[in-house]
Amino acid sequence: MSKRSVIPYGPQHPVLPEPIHLDLVIEDEKIVEAIPSIGFIHRGLESLTDKRDFNQMAYVAERICGICSFGHGYGYCETVEHIMNVEVPDRAKFLRTIWFELSRLHSHLLWAGLMADAFGFENLFYQCWRVREKVLDAIELTTGGRVIFSVNKVGGVLKDITPEMQKMILETLDFVEAETKVLKKTFMNDYSVQSRMKGVGVLTKEQAKALGCAGPFARASGIATDMRMRGYAAYGELDMEPIISNDGDCYGRCEVRIGEIFQSIDLIRQAIAKIPDGELAAVVKGNPNGEYFTRIEQPRGEADYYVRGNGTPNLDRMRVRTPTFANLAGLCETLKGADYADIGILVVTIDPCISCTER
Amino acid sequence: MYNITRSPWVMHYDGSSCNGCDIEVLACLTPVYDAERFGIINTGDPMQADILLVTGGINTQNAPVVKQLYDQMSDPKVVVAVGVCACTGGVFKDCYNILGGADQVIPVDVYVPGCAARPQAIIDGIVKGIGVFQERLEKMEKGELKNQEEKEEAGKEE
Repeated sequence: MSKRSVIPYGPQHPVLPEPIHLDLVIEDEKIVEAIPSIGFIHRGLESLTDKRDFNQMAYVAERICGICSFGHGYGYCETVEHIMNVEVPDRAKFLRTIWFELSRLHSHLLWAGLMADAFGFENLFYQCWRVREKVLDAIELTTGGRVIFSVNKVGGVLKDITPEMQKMILETLDFVEAETKVLKKTFMNDYSVQSRMKGVGVLTKEQAKALGCAGPFARASGIATDMRMRGYAAYGELDMEPIISNDGDCYGRCEVRIGEIFQSIDLIRQAIAKIPDGELAAVVKGNPNGEYFTRIEQPRGEADYYVRGNGTPNLDRMRVRTPTFANLAGLCETLKGADYADIGILVVTIDPCISCTER
Repeated sequence: MYNITRSPWVMHYDGSSCNGCDIEVLACLTPVYDAERFGIINTGDPMQADILLVTGGINTQNAPVVKQLYDQMSDPKVVVAVGVCACTGGVFKDCYNILGGADQVIPVDVYVPGCAARPQAIIDGIVKGIGVFQERLEKMEKGELKNQEEKEEAGKEE
């Protein structure tokens, strides 16, 4: 038996902008075990319920994560709306769906770029981010912000998407669709890219189920789980099917996420075609009293929100369970037996969002 | 524009940021904003870095990491705090685990506000940082500013 050694990975390392620390037990070039240690970005955000009222907490919830910011704000607002029995206007539901899908679009393109960077294809990274900037321009046009755009509030949304803006969003979508088709060819057919992704980090359907994986990571292992099928916001009125792959390797995860880029484009087009006229927000009176639990689909997978109010402006408890937390167990499983050189790809492949996980 | 004689390399460390500023820092380096036209290269190695970009506030676990990264950088070095969290702690200032901005553990030269800081503001901050870097470099060449090793030696002699 060859000698085992422990190599620390992170918290500061070139692959990922976020700090995660892994202790990698390696034997020659193979990883035997990976032990994650977290806590570098823990802020204690949930404790802010003592100091901020439930309306202000919507802005705090958006700052759980800067990439899936809109989703976190949405999940929190939906939970509080259920507690307070607020009927959100239909137009607000559609607007939320459009922004949700725009943020999924930018998140997946961001991931595609980071993935390309992880396997050393810098040009592809730049191309993905060039396309992503167009999506950010559309978000900036409609909300005024680029990554954190605070348009959600308890009861509805703060801003409207006018018909001119809708036209510009559709133009952006045409551009993104055409460009992503070109990028897809490279990701799916390029020989060098395939050699880094095919058969790397295989997670079987049984393993994914046992470890409770979520989102594209689970869908790439053949589990058809997608919380959007629950029909929250306006998803109930749009046609969609979860995109799955049965490969279970890095290639499959890439295939699922690229498929979801086209799915998001399709969903935004459907939502813009069906958007009704009406109010942007319902009037909210009183304070939340009671508890509720919501499950929504973030770009990275299923996120759960729990809120308990006690009749005062300050909530008793806010709790978030994030997709990356669910996927970390799956990541450690795929790392076992992998080559040392593949760690970068395997870590990026779950699309980790450490700041969500640690809050 | 300053008279740049060297190409300063930047290193980015995510303190306890929400990722918003991190991806904007990355967006700065991509073709649309292209901070590389100032000769900047993003490096992961503190020994090669001249400018440290810190995003997010400082908490008890990452304070020693930030301190260590700063100590590993060779002189002259500049710290740019990106985003309101790195400046003061921002929206998380009242959280139990946040000690405050990056200046709680290391000296900060340029503060870039914003939540999330926009790429234009970040580039402006980096360019201001290059100015500070240039000044320090000139001072070091004249012998007015000591580098880390010389400081430590002077400390031992005393």
